[in-house]
Amino acid sequence: MSAMTEAAAGIQPRERDIARRETLRQLAKSKTLIVGVLIVGFWVVCALFGSTIAPDDPLELSDAVLAAPSSAHWFGTDQLGRDVFSRVIVGASETLKIAPLATMVGIIFGTIIGLITGYSRGLVDESISRIIDAFLALPLIVLAVTALVGLGSSNATLIVVIGVAFTPVVARTVRATVLGERELDYVDAAKLRGERSPYIMFVEILPNITGPIIVEATVRLGYAIFAVAGLTFLGFGVQPPSPDWSLQIADNYQLLSSGTYWWTVLFAALAVSSLVVGVNLIADGLQQVLDR
Amino acid sequence: MALITLFLLSVVVFVMAQLLPGDVGRNVLGPFASQDQVDRLNDTLGVNRPLVVQYWDWISHFLRGDLGTSLQYQVPVSDLLGPALANSLKLAAVAFVLVVPLSILGGTIAGLKRGGITDRVITVGGLSLTAVPEFVTAIVLILIFGVTLGWLPVTATAPEGASIPTQLEYLLLPSFALVAVLFGYIARITRSSVMESVDADYTRTAYLKGLSQRQVVGRHVLRNSLLPTIAVVATQVGYLIGGLLVIEKLFNYNGIGQRIYTAAVNKDFLLLESGVMIVGVIYLVATFIADVLYSVFNPRIRVQGSE
Amino acid sequence: MTEIATEVGAAALELDALDVVYRVRGRDRQVLRGLTLSVKRGEAYGLVGESGCGKSTAALALVQYLPRNGFVRSGAIRIDGRDVLSLSGSELRRHRAKAVSMVYQNPGAALNPSIRIGNQVAEVFKVLGVSGSDATDRARAALEKVQIADPGSVMRRYPHQLSGGMQQRVIIAMALATDPALLILDEPTTGLDATVEAEVLDLVAGLQAELNTSVLFISHNLGIIQKMCDRVGVLYAGRLVEEGDTESLLSDPRHPYTVGLLRCVPRAGVRKDHGRLDTIPGFMPNVGDQLPGCVFAGRCTLAEDRCHTEEPDAHVVGAGHLSRCHFHDRAQTLPREFSADLVLPNVDRSVPPLLRFDDLGKVFAQGGHDVHALVGVSAKIWIGETLGLVGESGSGKTTLARTLLGIIPSTSGAVVLDGRELAGTLGKRSSDDLRSLQIVFQNPDSALNRRHQVRRILRRSLKKLSGLTGNAAEARLHELMQAVRLSERYVSARPGQLSGGLKQRLAIARAFAGDPKLVVCDEPTSALDVSVQAAILNLLVELQAEKRVSYLFISHDLGVVRYVSDRIAVLYLGRLMELGPSETIYDGPHHPYTEALLSALPTIDGEPRERIRLEGDIPSAANPPGGCVFHTRCPRRLGAICDDVEPPLIEVEENHLMRCHIPLEELRTLQRGHETPESAGSAT
Repeated sequence: MSAMTEAAAGIQPRERDIARRETLRQLAKSKTLIVGVLIVGFWVVCALFGSTIAPDDPLELSDAVLAAPSSAHWFGTDQLGRDVFSRVIVGASETLKIAPLATMVGIIFGTIIGLITGYSRGLVDESISRIIDAFLALPLIVLAVTALVGLGSSNATLIVVIGVAFTPVVARTVRATVLGERELDYVDAAKLRGERSPYIMFVEILPNITGPIIVEATVRLGYAIFAVAGLTFLGFGVQPPSPDWSLQIADNYQLLSSGTYWWTVLFAALAVSSLVVGVNLIADGLQQVLDR
Repeated sequence: MALITLFLLSVVVFVMAQLLPGDVGRNVLGPFASQDQVDRLNDTLGVNRPLVVQYWDWISHFLRGDLGTSLQYQVPVSDLLGPALANSLKLAAVAFVLVVPLSILGGTIAGLKRGGITDRVITVGGLSLTAVPEFVTAIVLILIFGVTLGWLPVTATAPEGASIPTQLEYLLLPSFALVAVLFGYIARITRSSVMESVDADYTRTAYLKGLSQRQVVGRHVLRNSLLPTIAVVATQVGYLIGGLLVIEKLFNYNGIGQRIYTAAVNKDFLLLESGVMIVGVIYLVATFIADVLYSVFNPRIRVQGSE
Repeated sequence: MTEIATEVGAAALELDALDVVYRVRGRDRQVLRGLTLSVKRGEAYGLVGESGCGKSTAALALVQYLPRNGFVRSGAIRIDGRDVLSLSGSELRRHRAKAVSMVYQNPGAALNPSIRIGNQVAEVFKVLGVSGSDATDRARAALEKVQIADPGSVMRRYPHQLSGGMQQRVIIAMALATDPALLILDEPTTGLDATVEAEVLDLVAGLQAELNTSVLFISHNLGIIQKMCDRVGVLYAGRLVEEGDTESLLSDPRHPYTVGLLRCVPRAGVRKDHGRLDTIPGFMPNVGDQLPGCVFAGRCTLAEDRCHTEEPDAHVVGAGHLSRCHFHDRAQTLPREFSADLVLPNVDRSVPPLLRFDDLGKVFAQGGHDVHALVGVSAKIWIGETLGLVGESGSGKTTLARTLLGIIPSTSGAVVLDGRELAGTLGKRSSDDLRSLQIVFQNPDSALNRRHQVRRILRRSLKKLSGLTGNAAEARLHELMQAVRLSERYVSARPGQLSGGLKQRLAIARAFAGDPKLVVCDEPTSALDVSVQAAILNLLVELQAEKRVSYLFISHDLGVVRYVSDRIAVLYLGRLMELGPSETIYDGPHHPYTEALLSALPTIDGEPRERIRLEGDIPSAANPPGGCVFHTRCPRRLGAICDDVEPPLIEVEENHLMRCHIPLEELRTLQRGHETPESAGSAT
């Protein structure tokens, strides 16, 4: 090839570099994502520094029982005279500890199992996939309730139970992605230079499926908060006297039918809703940008 | 294949029930019973036998329709679960009848108007509804329709001997909460399926034939995009039943979810085992039906099968 | 038909200074730059260009079906004298129903998978208000017109039950059903097998002559354009750089791009030992780049300063022949690729071969059936030679390559390297065996890990195949990159940052990391444009000259195979039909299947061969015909013997193996009369 060719061949500012910067820029421009991050960020800050922000001690009892919202108690007080506003501010702290860790457990185990089943196919895949199917036949909350009754409720068991319950779902998603990926020729190229299966799975394939895994992780995080909330409401999750939102709702919802005392429930309901919606907005934003 | 999954499901359920704290007799009889009494009860229940034997005992009776006796209520489990199941199916049916057409319609409109305001409203709105825990939605609905407006009853159980329309009226609020949870998910899958179909080459062929948008959508797009949603609807049966657990407790509705809940609280393991197993079986049956429907409506599978 | 009178004698299509832009991230990127052309009534106009030149965008603009972000910025489109851009919604629908039709790539996707063929075709008539049963009758007639033998049964089927060729016939039937003023064909045969492609092209040519339809034929393949078109326009970076009668443009090109493009294609009779292929240096500009001067200036070896600043006019260089080049009179003096002194290895076939397949067989179990993908394939490859492997889809080419490499184990037979039988699976092969056999895949996007950098990709191969680490590996890495002409600047790039040609160079470098003895090249250039293809072929030949490596070169493109191969093997349904030196395979007498393949090859070299028509589709490998597997489609079938007895593969002359009942001399007589089709016809 002539010198001229060489020189000409050099000019290629290429697309992927642009595309990568572009991905970041698009992430930064996605409104859904930004709104989601702001909401979740707000609650994270509240959970971390809530005790200093909150006007009152969220656990402190007082004689002002079931006081309506006023300048002294912006969101009123509950049956035990605790300040609802202060309780709402710190009400995410337990959930924000449990849900991300449970998600991590599920993602890690699910990714490993998904990689192994998707890559090895055959009997290994067949048998593990059947077990996954069996697990998936049980709704998460049923699975978790049954397990938590046996194991007893604590943050640790919640993390493990939800994490384990997520594993088959994550595994199935990862497996589907791996099935597509393993058909690509770079996998054969790796085998042709004598790579072993673990290397191919974790060094060759894994980096190529991080996009779907990240999206799955945010989606799972939403479900984890959802699950913690549901379990707490049923009494199997976060235990009293924590100011957890779902616990507040569980403690007070029976007062609703009277038509008064709505503040004991409504603010916590709005707070938990905003958090899960925030997480799901993040998931949606990521999906739109990464899943292309 | 489905049978293997069913078998594995029963093993999973059995093993989970074994997680319940070891001494069943002590649990039932309480701390003041003598050790002798506890041992005798354990023998009667057979909980001291090897696990494999216990499993076989349970599953063989289960398959014959003999679900054993509830430890807490001392009545046959089937007497407890039968009516509860019927109640739950009623509630689930109302929710399903509402959510399936609604969410498929919403998803289709969003898919066709991709990127527009309608799309954003349906997608983000649906997503938010789906994300919010069902008990939260339910409480907000109770506050609005039950307490403030007073339009709908705030409990789910209609008075004894109520007419069917009245029963339905009582079921509306709880099913709305379930609809909210399911809507976003089904609509979202429908939307992406519609978009895929809109982008397909065959849709271009249809437009280039000179068909109007309405004709293209009606004859070409929907036909291909609605098929995959069948499978999705079926998988939602699982979430639906999970949702029942919470909703039935909230509305104090005597369904299978409520039974599972109380069985769990009271460590009534035979009731729990059977209840959970039935939930799993329902899910598997639903996915099986979806598979059958899918192949009935999909010419690729149908025609190959008949040849 | 319509009330709006169309100008008598108006051209079927007129494009006037058409600018099409795509709005990407808020910026308009120009795809078509002032495209002006016209297609006369009854004329077949070819629009030729490489990927990214805007030819498909042009087609979509014509039917008003641009992607959401694309729009016509200025200019005019007139079809049948009517301004397309000003049509209202209902007018546009009527216009699409009546005046313009389009056939595009990938017929499988263009038909609705869940509607029976009959209803899909009938719909074309229903749009025009034809009643149900009439529409069905006319659909049947339309399918008969495209030579579908049993339209009734085809109409009852779903698209997936038809072969690719049949699907494309159905689409053509729909496109021509309403006798449109303009038929647009956008790469209609890309992705089809050569024999099927030839059939579809024959069909289109026949119908066009019969119906006197005006055709805009879009293709990247000059051979097809020559075969199908009266006039041709060459599109580059969205601008028409040259236009003229097909004859004069191809024989007397007056734009340097056209000249370069024509030189890239491997010509008849040119083989790797005759010299290297010409290439076009550089890359096509990105969509939306600002190009104030000539669009080709950046890659043109004739370009002078004014080419970069001043846009050339369309110079008339002959009757109806236009060239947008300041130096159109000098275009053909475009410097040729200098012929380096390549010393190709002398293949010594008196020594034992490097590699041998003995009676290799592979059976897949598929849905309860046994699929015989390979049946008793035996061949030898000597040091430094290239064995070309040709055959259509389902012939077992790729299975053979994968079995040889050990990616899948064979069911019977053996692969023997340097006299030793190789283990069937990769896990059991020694590292020495692994480094000896490597592959260059068809699609570098799939073959290269998109998350790994160039350095990592090559270093890992060097470590696993040559045991090199540290400085030694780094030094060897740079040698390798130099050997494949991959600039050092790309050492930390990821594959996505490289162009298609550069990616394939990287893939080649990886294959050579362990100094292989044999490299399987599995369609290494079929995902590339011709100008890039030429450069890659040159590189492979250079590496062979330098390292005495052997190649098993798989391709469906017989022109490419002929250029690189010393000997050629022809596969059909997993069986070796013919094997011999490439001249013999090309010059004949050849196996009837080879003969059909060669005659199906669209070529820009002089007179095409007499077309040998094959009947029907390629049979499924799951259910191959009895007797000679080719007898169901063989134009020279003798009779019962072909149906019942599988002919053995025998040496019909020195080094020339063939599997056919017809004696060689008879084939020679039959095939001699290429110029007298009558005699050939009567003899069969």
